[in-house]
Amino acid sequence: MEQTRDSIKDIWGERTPYEGHWPVRVDELTEEAPDRWVQSACVLCSNGCGMDIGVKDGRIVGVRGRAVDAVNHGRLGPKGLQGWMANNSPDRLTRPLIRRNGKLEEASWDEAMDLIVRRSNDIISKKTSLGIGFYTSGQLFLEEYYTLAVLGKAGLGTPHMDGNTRLCTDTAAAALKVSFGSDGQPGSYTDLDTTEAILHVGHNIASQQTVLWTRILDRLAGENPPKLVVIDPRETFTAMKATVHLVPRVGTNVPIMNGLLNLIIQAGHINPDYIDAHTVGFEELKQLVSQWSPERVEAISGVPATKLREAARILGTAKTLVSTILQGVYQSMQATAAAVQVNNLHLIRGLIGHTGSGIYQMNGQPTAQNTRECGADGDLPGFRNWGNPEHIEQLARLWNVDSNIIPHWSPPTHAMQIWRYAEKGSINLLWISGTNPAVSLPQLERVRSILQQENLFVVVQDAFMTETAQYADVVLPAAIWGEKTGTFTNVDRTVHISHKAVDPPGEAKPDFEIFLDYARRMDFRDKDGAPLIKWKTPEECFEAWKECTRGRPCDYTGMSYAKLSEGSGIQWPCNEQYPDGKPHLYEDGVFNTSIDYCETYGHDLVTGAAATKEEYKAKDPKGKAFLKGADYEPPHEEPDEEFPLWLTTGRLVYHFHTRTKTGRSRQLNEAAPDAFVQVSDEDAARYGLKTGDLVEVASRRGKVVEPVLVGDIEPGLVFIPFHYGYWDDPGRKRAANELTLTEWDAVSKQPHYKYAAVRIRKI
Amino acid sequence: MHIGNYIALAHHSEQELTKAFRQVAEHHKDEPDIEQICQLLATWSEKHVNELKTFIERYSEENSNEPERLTQSLFEEPRSGGGALLRDLHDLWLMANEAELCWIVLSQAAQGLHDKKLEAACARFRDDTKRQLAFLLTRIKVAAPQTLIAAD
Ligand code: SF4
Repeated sequence: MEQTRDSIKDIWGERTPYEGHWPVRVDELTEEAPDRWVQSACVLCSNGCGMDIGVKDGRIVGVRGRAVDAVNHGRLGPKGLQGWMANNSPDRLTRPLIRRNGKLEEASWDEAMDLIVRRSNDIISKKTSLGIGFYTSGQLFLEEYYTLAVLGKAGLGTPHMDGNTRLCTDTAAAALKVSFGSDGQPGSYTDLDTTEAILHVGHNIASQQTVLWTRILDRLAGENPPKLVVIDPRETFTAMKATVHLVPRVGTNVPIMNGLLNLIIQAGHINPDYIDAHTVGFEELKQLVSQWSPERVEAISGVPATKLREAARILGTAKTLVSTILQGVYQSMQATAAAVQVNNLHLIRGLIGHTGSGIYQMNGQPTAQNTRECGADGDLPGFRNWGNPEHIEQLARLWNVDSNIIPHWSPPTHAMQIWRYAEKGSINLLWISGTNPAVSLPQLERVRSILQQENLFVVVQDAFMTETAQYADVVLPAAIWGEKTGTFTNVDRTVHISHKAVDPPGEAKPDFEIFLDYARRMDFRDKDGAPLIKWKTPEECFEAWKECTRGRPCDYTGMSYAKLSEGSGIQWPCNEQYPDGKPHLYEDGVFNTSIDYCETYGHDLVTGAAATKEEYKAKDPKGKAFLKGADYEPPHEEPDEEFPLWLTTGRLVYHFHTRTKTGRSRQLNEAAPDAFVQVSDEDAARYGLKTGDLVEVASRRGKVVEPVLVGDIEPGLVFIPFHYGYWDDPGRKRAANELTLTEWDAVSKQPHYKYAAVRIRKI
Repeated sequence: MHIGNYIALAHHSEQELTKAFRQVAEHHKDEPDIEQICQLLATWSEKHVNELKTFIERYSEENSNEPERLTQSLFEEPRSGGGALLRDLHDLWLMANEAELCWIVLSQAAQGLHDKKLEAACARFRDDTKRQLAFLLTRIKVAAPQTLIAAD
């Protein structure tokens, strides 16, 4: 094996200190010398690093970072360098499987697809398409999501379509919509090259987006390093580098953010002209946060008032600021309300829409942005508003269908509700693509029992026999990254093309072709009797998608496969006005909030109630951003005598999602082979534990058995990584989600993985 | 003056609404959003009941002899079965409308009496009630098609 560095030991690699222009460093790992390199980008986190796939004799043999790519300047992290090995894994699914007499047996594509079509039609004849639901992923390509969205919304007409993006990124979308009127990250990664300060809230960026963290490490090592404020209950790699690290009690993000805003307003560190010209709601926000003195914040969150003041001084005085937010906020109490407070911080300081200042309501998964844009989750394609009849008409014209078929009578069904309908027997066909809910959803005992229900027909489309696929009635073998062509968009709106490098194994097919095949067999038609879906290749689909985005915030009309293949990533919007893409949104302080353009009419941040068009009209901000706040609500489950500890869950640097791919790379697997429970020194002493001891961790919903890891965590809190399931170790209950709660944020509907009350017992 | 009569009606409506929100939360525990938000909304109504006390003292609550119309006929107990949740939300919505109307009526009287405190209280209460109604309506709209078309 040839590699430029050992990324397992040296996660972020050698420093290249800088300010202004990030130097190139090309990371590469190959097993053999490739015959050719094929342009692609990494799909193992939302950073979207540009990479080339090395191919020899029709096999992937390695990867290298693309030096010209603005996202990574040649760098790759451990997952990017080693995750491709899963493509060559001998246990890939290569034939469709059908459950016969309780056992999954090989079948032909015709048999498998016919069975799905028969089931679909049977359900539709009894109860319309309301009996059919789709649960997709944040890891497919744009063309696949758009095809799925069109067949679901204009073919079947079911509102029941969501992605596992609901678990990782829907608060990002919700928070952007609340403040700015639509989804879309305002800034660019290049802002990190010059910014004076960085705020990470509930975002362990060092483990999540290792290459983005490398960029920050290089800034920290250079001239004029930015000040770093980290809000995280754990002593993560990220927190260790902080100028100020705030360690909040679980579920107290809103009090902390309210307290910071209060201090910044009190100190006069705001931009009154910007607030006046470009926002609405400042007086209400000021009134609300004024109740949060540092002392009151300290009493509730445990963060010392002096520390809060220090952080507020940095955040209030930096002339430029980049903020990032992730699961510590999104998967906790008051997720949307807390995430919105970070938007508010930028708005009241006027730090948005220019070089050096940006907000990243981060995405967890690599292509989550596309799930949202294309409407394969609970949104409509092109960030359209389900409450706006004109937006529905636009889609109906585009697809040449009657607008009645497009489900828009209420918000599209969110993932947790889809599962609930399946549990109650009103959804009878659940089609799961590219994700593994039997490990990733909360309260796994319940998920397993739903998957096994007699009245639920489960289709699983995946590359591997996942924990979920084992419960399927039909398994469809899918081609993955490297084996198909398509595009995807990272968290800073950069669109990459990923070309097919090798053939998929056996009879495996791209998800794109599987969805097209289903649409053809279901004979979905448009108003004039022509086939509903008019494209046959990913490129034709991309062209159709461009039309869908015309005039919308995520405008792709200036891109093409050729243009994407010439360079190395283009940011949307890309159109006649911005042929090379646009680094910053909202440069002119005009936001996407006008009544005809906005993606949503808004929600009550506490109850989640949807506002109507009439209500919105009364306060139409006509392009100003919303400043909205919420008061503190305590978590729904708190430690008590029976379950005295807080559990929180999270990720490890070497793995992605449920390890379906990263667990099949030998190096990544060996670097982090098993789950564990991390406990503080104090709790270890109290329970008589040392690193390596086995303990049982129990919540009201289930139990797991984990080895102990002592240290680097607050007393009273324990941590279990969420990646581990059962495909490679069915022997012991170890999935963190055996313990987690079935409940979710009122606005974004993202489940609360970040807290549960548990007890531990040495065994 | 009959204002006391109406304060009694408002007081009673909110007491019943508090109880009904709690019952629905308890009964539909398997719907986590219903459980949590109905518990929260119950505390809002309960707060109104408590804050009404000063006005009851001021205008000495007269107990109306009217039968307990809405709660008696609409909502005795949470239901079971396929359409149960939708019907329970439906009744909560009607009950919350009764409360909202009380705030409108009382606010009119408060203006006539130049009772600024009562007027302000009615405005605050009505805002809360409207938010309760908005939640119920959103949830009803979501549940309706699935319940009426696809449920067993
Ligand atoms: S940072 Fe993310 S996108 Fe980049 S190489 Fe690592 S996993 Fe892949």
